[in-house]
Order: sequence, then C-alpha cells, then structure tokens
Amino acid sequence: MSKEEKKVNRRDFLFTATYTVGAVGVGAVIWPMIDQMNPDKAQKALATTEVDISNIEPGKSITVLWRGKPVFLKRRTQDEIAEARAVNLDDLPDPQKDEDRVKEGKDEWLVMLGVCTHLGCVPLKDKGDFNGWFCPCHGSHYDVSGRIRKGPAPTNMEIPKFEFVDSNTIKIG
Amino acid sequence: MSDHEYTPKSKAGKWFNDRLPLLTLGAHLTDYPTPKNLNYWWTFGGILTFCLMTQIVTGIILAMHYVAHADLAFASIEHIMRDVNYGWLIRYIHSNGASMFFLAVYIHIFRSLFYGSYKSPREVIWIIGLLIYLLMMAAAFMGYVLPWGQMSFWGATVITNLFSAIPLVGDSITTWLWGAYSVDNPTLNRFFSLHYLIPFLILGLVVLHIWALHVPGNNNPVGIDIKKPSKDTVPFHPYITIKDAFALLMFMIIFAGFVFFVPNVLGHSDNYIPANPMVTPAHIVPEWYLLPFYAILRSVPDKLGGVILMFSAIFILFVLPWLDTSKVRSAVFRPLYRQFFWILVIDVLMLGYVGAMPAEGIYLVLARVGTVYYFLHFIVVMPVVGYLEKTDPVPMSISEPVLSGGVKPSLARKINDKV
Repeated sequence: MSKEEKKVNRRDFLFTATYTVGAVGVGAVIWPMIDQMNPDKAQKALATTEVDISNIEPGKSITVLWRGKPVFLKRRTQDEIAEARAVNLDDLPDPQKDEDRVKEGKDEWLVMLGVCTHLGCVPLKDKGDFNGWFCPCHGSHYDVSGRIRKGPAPTNMEIPKFEFVDSNTIKIG
Repeated sequence: MSDHEYTPKSKAGKWFNDRLPLLTLGAHLTDYPTPKNLNYWWTFGGILTFCLMTQIVTGIILAMHYVAHADLAFASIEHIMRDVNYGWLIRYIHSNGASMFFLAVYIHIFRSLFYGSYKSPREVIWIIGLLIYLLMMAAAFMGYVLPWGQMSFWGATVITNLFSAIPLVGDSITTWLWGAYSVDNPTLNRFFSLHYLIPFLILGLVVLHIWALHVPGNNNPVGIDIKKPSKDTVPFHPYITIKDAFALLMFMIIFAGFVFFVPNVLGHSDNYIPANPMVTPAHIVPEWYLLPFYAILRSVPDKLGGVILMFSAIFILFVLPWLDTSKVRSAVFRPLYRQFFWILVIDVLMLGYVGAMPAEGIYLVLARVGTVYYFLHFIVVMPVVGYLEKTDPVPMSISEPVLSGGVKPSLARKINDKV
C-alpha cells in the first residue's frame, strides 16, 4: 500500500460511521436495562410522611419510618440546645453549626435521618461519649446535635427536607 | 492435552465423534497424565466441584418453595423448614454447603500458595480461580440476604453502603443497587435473581479453570516441570479419581456432621428474627468466611480508606504471580518462604478471629497489626525473599524422591545452576 492510499478514504469513513451508529444503538439498548434498577414510581410515591408531634415531651424522641429509613424526631431541652451550641467548630470532623441543623424559631426540634453515615446502621440514642447517639456497628459517636465526633463515619447525620405543616405536624420529604 | 489420537471402537461412536468429538474429550479427561506424587491437598479441586453441584441442585429445589418478597420471604423459609417434605434437610445442606464450599476453597487457595501453583506457566489458572472466588463471595452474600432476617437485612445494608464511600457518585450507585432509598423489597428481588445466576457463571469459569489447567498440566508437591506422559505421571482415571473419591467421602462425613448435628453453629441466631429496618442488632458480623476482610475494613478509621484497603486485600492476589520473584515453585525447597507462609496462615486466622469481635481495645490493635502484616507479606516479603533466599536443592524428577525415599544431593541440582 502506498502512502497516498493510507489517508482517509471512503471505506474508513464507512467503518467509522458504522461503529458510531452501532455504539449509539448498543447504548440505547443497555440504558433501559441499567435504569430499570433505579427506584421505581411506587418507591418515589412514598416520598413524604406526615408526623404528629403533639405528644412528644421535651427531652424525648420518636423514630418514624420514611422511605424505608428511620428518622429521629427529638424535642431537645434548653440544656441540650445550649450544650450543642457551646461546641467549638474546630473540634468537629464535619464542621456545622447547630443553628444550621434546625429550623429557625423551632430550635428544640431536631429532625434527622437515623442512619449512620458510615455504613448505614441505626445509631442508639443516649449513648456514646458525647451525650448523643452511638452506632454499635463500627463505633461512631454523635453529639446532641447528631454531628459526628469520633469514629469512622465521615459526616454528620443527614437532615432530610422537612417542614412544619402546623405547630403539631411535621411533613418529612 | 493427550498426544495420541483417539478413535471410538464402535461404528456409531465413530459416526458421532466425527460430528461432535465429545468422546475424544472424554478420553482426554480419562487419560489425562497427572503427576504421580500428588498428595491429598490436591483433592480439593474435585471436592469444590462437588460443592458447586450440591449448591446448584439444592438451590434449584429451594427456589421451588421460596418467595422473594420482603413480606413473605422470612415466612417462606420457615415454611420450608416446617412444612416442605425434607425441606429442613435441603435448606441445611444448602446453608452449610456454602460454609463447606468456602472451607474447601480456602484450603485450595493456600495449597496453591504453598506449592507455588500460581507461578508461571499457571498464572491464568490462578486468575480464573480468583474470579471464581469473587463470584462465590457475591453469591454467598446475596444468598445470606434471602431469608430476610435481621442479619440478612443489616448485612445487606452495611455491604451495599460500602459503595457509598465512592466519591461523587457513591450515593447514586447505592440507590441504584437498592432500587429504593434503603434496602427494601426491590433489593431482595434482584438479589434473588442474581443469586440464581451466579452459580452458572461460576460453572462456566470452572470449565475455563480446568481447561487452563489441562494446558500445562498439574503442578505437584515438588513443583518441578515434568514430561507428560512419562514415568512421572499416571492416568487421571483410575488413579486420581479413586483418590479424589476417597477424600470426598472424608469431606462428606464432616459436611454431614454439620448438617445433622450442628446445622446452625456457623450461622447467627439473630437471623431467626425477622428483618426490622428500625433496629440494628448490637453486633453485626458477616459469615465466618468473610471475617478477615471485615477485620481489615474495620481496622481503618476512615470510611473510604477502609473500603479501599478491604478490596485491595483481594485484588492484590491477582498480581501475586508477578510479586513472587522466586525461581523455585514449591515451598518444600524454600526454607525461608515456608516460615513466612505459616505466619500468613496464622495472620489470616487471627484477622478472622478479631473480625468476629467488637472493634475496640486489643481487638482493634490486633486487627491493625494483622492488616499491616497481610499487605507486607505480599508487597515486601514475597519479592524480597525470592531474591535473598538460598533454596534447597531441587530433585531432577518426581521419580527420584518417590523411589529413593528422599532427595539425594548427588543427583540433585541447584536451581541456581539451571538459570
């Protein structure tokens, strides 16, 4: 083959075009097979839960199920709020103010996913070295604001999207 | 491959064999020249084939009675245990069979490590074997989820959450694996589907594993290359088949001991509590065969770091043939490596033990020491010992130690002279 014949010719164009169309076709077939594994419409339909909080005394908490995951709703005492706010942010692996983890004016209500950010276990309440939660699986300690203090978990317990429908009802999701 | 051409005796056999040479394959497998000095550590290939077939047969039967739904799965397992004729037997064979499968595969892997079976020219056999091992772990994990007890649910939660450690896309991948926002019914359903699929993938890899084995032939306890067929080899049948059959019988006695006398001793009692997404059991432990890796995961105080190290512990085995620099295969002639081999065995057993204990105090210290040594063994000890070690003389042939009762220095050659 001489050098002139090696430059792009009609046949090379046809090969490239065929491979390209073929790749798009294969991708179009594979994507539905991958995406079918994502949460379906029935799962997404469970996206909100309303919770009655009128019976929760200060210092107590309840756990509700939202999207298959436990959510902790804790009505904190003034002492606990003060304790959470006295923490130096430099002591936190994942620095976040307590004020940023609650709704303004509703400081006593801590609403968060009861899921350890390490590997997804449910932490136990009123346990651990920081007066908050302790995960029995791999030993992560959380404080009274649900912030990670010690152990393998990388981040604070997650605050879900929620709102106060009225003074007695919280809507999660 | 056997060198002679095979011709079926009957006319019908010849007619068929000309069109599909299955009889030639059968003759090859029967006559396959095998080193005559194989010891009982070489019988675990046959035992593992038996384990795979046992899991497939009992698994297909269990699937006739099991219901893969979050509301019904736990009850359907109890239905199998109480109502289905011999259901208890089939299920106990299947659940203990998984443990026996791993027991055999660990012996098989350490056999390979001791006698250098992973070394050239058998690297591909080794790598296919590791792929089988990976699929076995995936199948065992998903199978353990199916009863939908507390350990099933929380084991699934912890293991799938490992993927959330991946930066940026971790959470999306985890949700995709779940098919929900937590481990839920869609997760159970797809795990059942994949649990049924994987054994057949393993079966395909086993065919490749044996095919790759039959190209260079078996390694042997002396670890030297042999001519085949020659006076150093015997035909696979009846010599190896009868030895394998005897070892398999011994293995089945132990297997039956577990099934009939202590069927739950290797499981966790918490898995007889139905799954509850609101409460995590106090101590989550995986099945015993995954404990060393679990110990490595927990020894790192960082989420991503722990996950990376745990997967590295498995994937480092894939490059083992290139980390080992020794010219001699068998540890029989490697006085220094032999000691490190046993330290590794003890190290892995210790990691398994601390993996079952809480991750605190002395156990955490032991887990960290064990993890460091595990990686040192492969990254430092294997390459360095291969260079420094003064190996013992290797015999000229298999017949020599077999017939004379030991290695004669006068007849032996030093491997260093050869290369």
